[in-house]
Amino acid sequence: MTARNYLTEDNSLRSWFFTTDHKRVAVLYAASITLFFFIGGAAATIIRLELATPQADLVTSDVYNRLFTIHGVIMVWFFLIPSIPATLGNFVVPLMIGARDLAFPRLNLTSWYLFVLGGGVTLYAVFAGGIDTGWTFYAPFSTMYSNSHVVLAVTGVFIAGFSSILTGLNFIVTIHRLRAPGLTWYRLPLFLWSLYSTSVILVLATPVLAMTLLLVALDRFAGIGIFDPARGGDPLLFQHLFWFYSHPAVYIMILPGMGVVSELISVYSRKAVFGYKFVAWSAVAIAVVGFFVWGHHMFVSGQSPFAGLVFSFMSFIVAVPSAIKVFNWTATMHKGFIRFDAPMLYALAFIGLFTIGGLTGLFLACLAYDVYVTDTYFVVAHFHYIMVGGMVTAYFGGLHYWWPKITGRMYPEYWARAAAILIFFGFNMTFFPQFILGILGMPRRYHVYPPEFQVWHVMSSAGASILAVAYLLPLFYLGWSMFFGKRAPSNPWQATGLEWQTPSPPPSHNFATTPVVKRNPYDYSLEGEARPQNA
Amino acid sequence: MQTWIPLWLPGETAHASAVDLLFAGLLASSVLVLVLLFFLMGRFAVHYRAGNAGADRDHRTKKSWHWEVSWTAATLLAFLGLFVWGAQLYMRLQDAPADALPVYVVAKQWMWKVQHLGGQREINELHVPLGSAVRLIMSSQDVIHSFFIPAFRIKHDVVPGTTETLWFKPRKAGVYHLFCAEYCGTDHSRMTGRIVVMEQTDFEQWLAHQDVSGTMAEEGGRLFRQFGCGGCHGAGAAVRAPQLDGLYGKAVPLSDGSIRIADERYIRDSILKPRARIAAGYQALMPSYEGKIGEGELVQIVAYIKSLAGDARPPR
Amino acid sequence: MPETPADQFVDMRQQHETAQLGMWTFIATEVLFFGGLLLAYCVYRIGDPEGFAEAARHTKIVIGTINTAVLLTSSFLVAWAVTAARLRQGRMAGLLLGFAAVLGLAFLALKGVEYAKEYDEHLIPRLDFAYAGPKATSVYLFFSFYFVATGLHALHIAIGVVVLAVIGWQAGRGRYSERYHSPITVAGLYWHFVDVVWIFLFALIYLPGRAS
Repeated sequence: MTARNYLTEDNSLRSWFFTTDHKRVAVLYAASITLFFFIGGAAATIIRLELATPQADLVTSDVYNRLFTIHGVIMVWFFLIPSIPATLGNFVVPLMIGARDLAFPRLNLTSWYLFVLGGGVTLYAVFAGGIDTGWTFYAPFSTMYSNSHVVLAVTGVFIAGFSSILTGLNFIVTIHRLRAPGLTWYRLPLFLWSLYSTSVILVLATPVLAMTLLLVALDRFAGIGIFDPARGGDPLLFQHLFWFYSHPAVYIMILPGMGVVSELISVYSRKAVFGYKFVAWSAVAIAVVGFFVWGHHMFVSGQSPFAGLVFSFMSFIVAVPSAIKVFNWTATMHKGFIRFDAPMLYALAFIGLFTIGGLTGLFLACLAYDVYVTDTYFVVAHFHYIMVGGMVTAYFGGLHYWWPKITGRMYPEYWARAAAILIFFGFNMTFFPQFILGILGMPRRYHVYPPEFQVWHVMSSAGASILAVAYLLPLFYLGWSMFFGKRAPSNPWQATGLEWQTPSPPPSHNFATTPVVKRNPYDYSLEGEARPQNA
Repeated sequence: MQTWIPLWLPGETAHASAVDLLFAGLLASSVLVLVLLFFLMGRFAVHYRAGNAGADRDHRTKKSWHWEVSWTAATLLAFLGLFVWGAQLYMRLQDAPADALPVYVVAKQWMWKVQHLGGQREINELHVPLGSAVRLIMSSQDVIHSFFIPAFRIKHDVVPGTTETLWFKPRKAGVYHLFCAEYCGTDHSRMTGRIVVMEQTDFEQWLAHQDVSGTMAEEGGRLFRQFGCGGCHGAGAAVRAPQLDGLYGKAVPLSDGSIRIADERYIRDSILKPRARIAAGYQALMPSYEGKIGEGELVQIVAYIKSLAGDARPPR
Repeated sequence: MPETPADQFVDMRQQHETAQLGMWTFIATEVLFFGGLLLAYCVYRIGDPEGFAEAARHTKIVIGTINTAVLLTSSFLVAWAVTAARLRQGRMAGLLLGFAAVLGLAFLALKGVEYAKEYDEHLIPRLDFAYAGPKATSVYLFFSFYFVATGLHALHIAIGVVVLAVIGWQAGRGRYSERYHSPITVAGLYWHFVDVVWIFLFALIYLPGRAS
């Protein structure tokens, strides 16, 4: 017999599709992004199969170009950007701050509908023939030369962009205005500092993408010539506008992951995060400084070398707060009581893989070296280390950590650990060879390639097959656990956050009475005993 | 040269070696950080695991300021060092040597068209002499491409509507990969070619053996007359227009008070967008040739105008 | 009638402050949205000041100036309406918002007249563009920006008109008071913002090339 909770409250379809409960919206998002993850993953599978041989033997060039484009578009806008904020964030934010819901619950549901609409339009573009511009839509190829459904695709992304903006808006206002009594800014869990910083970027950067995509659509559809050199336009202006959004976008993707890791490292070391204020303000610093580095995507584009100097310098600066976080997480483990539950395995993997990805980012920030490796597989490896090795890993860590709270069930621990280890192994085998390909000079977005590169491509594709299996495992055991998993107590991890001081799964209104916060987050005794924030 | 498991592509210019040294520095610092991090993480995970009740967990570090400032400062210092190193090398790459041999490149979907000054043309190949610096003057007929020579560790986007330059000085004869490195459509991955570095004498022989209708400057002069440029820019013209003899490389005062150096880009822009920059003391009368002259012809006209300055020195 | 705060709020004050912060945050996104467009415009204008100045002289400054006065007046009426609503002068507030909405419609009508004139002069990029003179390329680019910017702005005005009408109707029915006035305040913020965007557009689009 289970108590009434947000899942059992009303099980009609209507109650789900017209819900204003942030927890249900989170579940709706989780289902949608999982679908998109597998579509993007399917594209990746075909890409890696094709790349196992130097010739074009599996698909034609036009199909290949559409595959890598759709892989990028779907993974960036329909998986990575919404993943943690819209699923874990939507679920956990009101609980963590002791509120009954987000500031604007109906806006939250609207966000989801916009997301689904945008996704639908984009998928329609895919099935109607696809797009072959790369997820970066560079002009004038996208505006004047591509024979594919560019306008449809940018429309889909434009719509999804508003979904992100509204989510960010909701989080900013919620964190400012709906905190429980006693919950000062410096008592906020670090997950919220990260989500707040992410939301600032969402709100300020995404509109620029919206405008850029609108201009691309108009240039293509109405021939206004904004990026056409023959009509006085400048292709480089497109790049500046695009990267002004897309660089902060990568921080939209990674900051929530860092927030999750802060939570996990603390719980599974039974210790407060070392240097709380530094980690908190590092998130803010990354968000702010991240707006000033976009030109590092354009070092060889023809932009002025002096601009290059500024952007390179700022790119090194923006790496500092990330380094601060890594040092603080490691220091948190010192003299803790370390447990190796699956979420902790993911958190540790994040620290290692994100650091590798981040260090290779320094290679790219370094002007003269970037001239060599930009537009090669080195960049591909770099961003996959951060996005997949970092972000997706953190997402899985958070998903497993909050799974008992979301579903009321425990996942099977040994399967989860096995999957985490297999993911780690498969991931490195897929992407490490790509660094080597990059320093050998293999360009990106190549369908056919010189035969000397084959051995690394084969290794990468072999790793990808392991990774594919590894990513399927959670689909099965998490799905199984929803019906057959052990029922979870309110606080299975004996953590300190407010979200653990209410039943698993929570009732619709989250808390019977509004909690009053009396402590810092992560208040563990010297023996590792948790002292909840409202105790 | 080909090993079954390639781990390294040798660099074949002095710049490439400098880049490789920079790579070594970046790699060494990264490995250092990673080893330190993995060691600490590993040690803490093992020694402070929950099962190890006997570990000393007293005297936990409370004051975090010292640590924070120390590791932040160390990080900043290392990063600044790497920034300066990379920036210096990059700025050196911006300035071609004064005696560099100019070669014109026009990129189009999906091939590289190369023109030497003497009128020799190549498709997807670039023959250059050993021991001489080469300066590429590149433009695109359609979309953005990127000229990438991995062995020389250099790359530059080739953008429609403007001229970009790239220089290198090979030091070893051989054949090296040329790749297009900016996605440009269907056959992007087939837009590849060869850089053929030859001994000086072999190169001269090769030049002499090519089928040539005229040097670039000669072709450009023919086009100059064909398009009627002499009607204004020639001696005794009815309309007053800037004289082009000796123009290339000179500082040109403009009507808005600024001064521009007449490089390839200035000459090209003056033909396609003449009203954008008016020479001081002249009126905005020149018609635009946008859409009337193809990229291949444009570079020939530019070569012709450069030849009027007597020497082909890059303007810097 | 007394309003109770929504479930997630403790009291009306929290609800009101939340609504305001929400609208300010939304306005920030709109600033970046229009900002991106205006930045692109400025980049091209700085690159070709004479071309853009010549193009700008073909805009209809009289209509533009009247429209500016129209919007400024409407914003004044909206600000007045918010105060009236807080003082429980519902009918007055409703009337003022009604007039403001009508002024918004007037703006759109005048814009329509302006677009019609531009159509007659063959200044519509892609659909009907013919310009004699060497600066045709610049004029084409300028008018591309002109239609995108004023078109987007007009869309925002249209949405604003609907919002003002709905809120005005609610105000007329006595819905707002000192205790509960966040919808009208927030709608007012939105309308003022759209007005400010117009000021920028007016200065950047209509005024170049007319100083001397």
